[in-house]
Amino acid sequence: MRDLWNKIRRRFGRDKLALFSVTVISIYIVAGLLALIGILAPHYAQSVGEAYAPPSWVHPLGLDVLGRSIWDRVVQGARVALIVGFVSTFIAIPFGTVLGLIAGYFRGVVDAFVVWLYSTLDSVPTILLLLTLALVLPTGKGLATVCIALGVTSWVSTCRVVRGEVIRQKEFDYVRAARSLGATDSRILFVHVLPNALHLILVQASLVFVYSIKSEIILSYLGVGVQNFPSWGVMIDDARLELVGRGVWWQFAAATGALFILVLAFNLFNDALRDALDPNQS
Amino acid sequence: MLSFLSRRVLHAIPTLLGITLLLFVLFHWVGGNPVYRLLGKNANAVEIARMTHQLGLDKPFWNQYWDYLRDLSHGSFGRSWETKQRVSEMILDGLGPSLSLAIPAFILSALISLAMALTAALYRDRWLDRLLVVLSVCGMSLSVLTFIIAAQYLFAFRAGWFPISGWEPGLTGVPFLALPILIWVAASLGASVRFYRAVFLEEMRREYVVTARAKGLSWPRVLVHHVLPNAMIPILTQLVMELPMLFTGSLLLENFFGIPGLGNMSVNAINASDLPVIKAMTFIGSVLYIAANIVGDALYAWFDPRVRVS
Repeated sequence: MRDLWNKIRRRFGRDKLALFSVTVISIYIVAGLLALIGILAPHYAQSVGEAYAPPSWVHPLGLDVLGRSIWDRVVQGARVALIVGFVSTFIAIPFGTVLGLIAGYFRGVVDAFVVWLYSTLDSVPTILLLLTLALVLPTGKGLATVCIALGVTSWVSTCRVVRGEVIRQKEFDYVRAARSLGATDSRILFVHVLPNALHLILVQASLVFVYSIKSEIILSYLGVGVQNFPSWGVMIDDARLELVGRGVWWQFAAATGALFILVLAFNLFNDALRDALDPNQS
Repeated sequence: MLSFLSRRVLHAIPTLLGITLLLFVLFHWVGGNPVYRLLGKNANAVEIARMTHQLGLDKPFWNQYWDYLRDLSHGSFGRSWETKQRVSEMILDGLGPSLSLAIPAFILSALISLAMALTAALYRDRWLDRLLVVLSVCGMSLSVLTFIIAAQYLFAFRAGWFPISGWEPGLTGVPFLALPILIWVAASLGASVRFYRAVFLEEMRREYVVTARAKGLSWPRVLVHHVLPNAMIPILTQLVMELPMLFTGSLLLENFFGIPGLGNMSVNAINASDLPVIKAMTFIGSVLYIAANIVGDALYAWFDPRVRVS
């Protein structure tokens, strides 16, 4: 665990791009948190000026059709994106990890069942499955449904990776030694094997996070995502018509720009994380 | 080879059953009773009971599941709630427009990304490679929505180089398809170039490359005649796995450009909560994915005999 942390820190201290990505992600998280507690961007829902006012000193990103500040709405959009990212990651990763640990360790019927479960889920076209879930889940359209739908569909790759690693680790001497000392299965799994698969899980978590953010945009754009709240997907949907109809580009630019910078930072972060944790490189 | 294939096909059966069960549970059980939807707000209790019986919705769970499997085995997906048309007919109608967009886009994107990845690998760690990698990462980070809206606005609406939307069968339809195809290629390039570049670089570390270089072959020759054929296995597998995407097409692209294909049909079905259509599309998409998986494995086994034995 400590070793893992040190590796990450060493890598990120050296690599300027990695450091940049962490900085950008931190800024987004802080902005999202401040928006959540109502300090930053509180006027996202009310009119503060003329409709379609272009960017100015007072309103740096301009105003939308109802005269609402696009800056405030973009910041609130960051809050939505981060909520979706964190919640679905926190559903998918523990679920995939535990299933992968159990399947890889016990093999047999349990393993066959888990493999069947994830190959089934993996075969269904993701976007259609997400849209279906968003339509039929009893929670109704909204943020919660998006998080659940993304959470229950994105554990597959984590499970597959963890299962593969456990099958490999199981043969190592340290597992046999632990067993001969009388360690229980759950102790072997969670205290001994899990830490050795942690680097893979971390990379998976980061991938699920960015994937969830990108999917939320599409779902919200298609109208089955976040309702009655500024999300970047909703903003892009609004902006599409005003762009073609009136040449109003600022809402589109702001929402896609905010999304682009966050996803770019995550892609750089993923690369750096993978490099830092790749056992073949150190 | 034959025994490998038959084993692979047998393995697919439980997965296929799993998919039908998942879809059945999602739509029939979680999705609620469709009778209210079909009869509208003013239906009385008798009508509702009759319709429920007619559709077999009062039968026990497993009987209904069995009915669903039987319908599927006949290729019947029921009727759309919205247009009342047979879903199978709607899918056949949409297939042509979808493929007219998807096939050229798929081929172009494969050729261009392979060429760019080879170039990047050839100039690895020089400025051209760096530039290609930076562009790829940026491309990967842009949402497909951004590509579509920005390109449609700039090139079709403002510049007027392409029609804004529409579709026509045959050669007269080419101008309509040009921009969506270009957007598809541009949006997929980032991830593909990075993937293929990694494949090429991995292959370039092998000893046969050192040998080829040592006997005096130039890098371009080594890449095209030695590395490319050997990298074909991961490349082909990747391409085969992308094939099912041709069926669903691009939901968003077809929707934005008014192409009457399967993607557009799906988006309309989602907006209207037309569950039979979504269910059929999801099922067929899953079957194609499984088929592509089997073809991919077969290709692998064909090129690499070691796979067949294990």
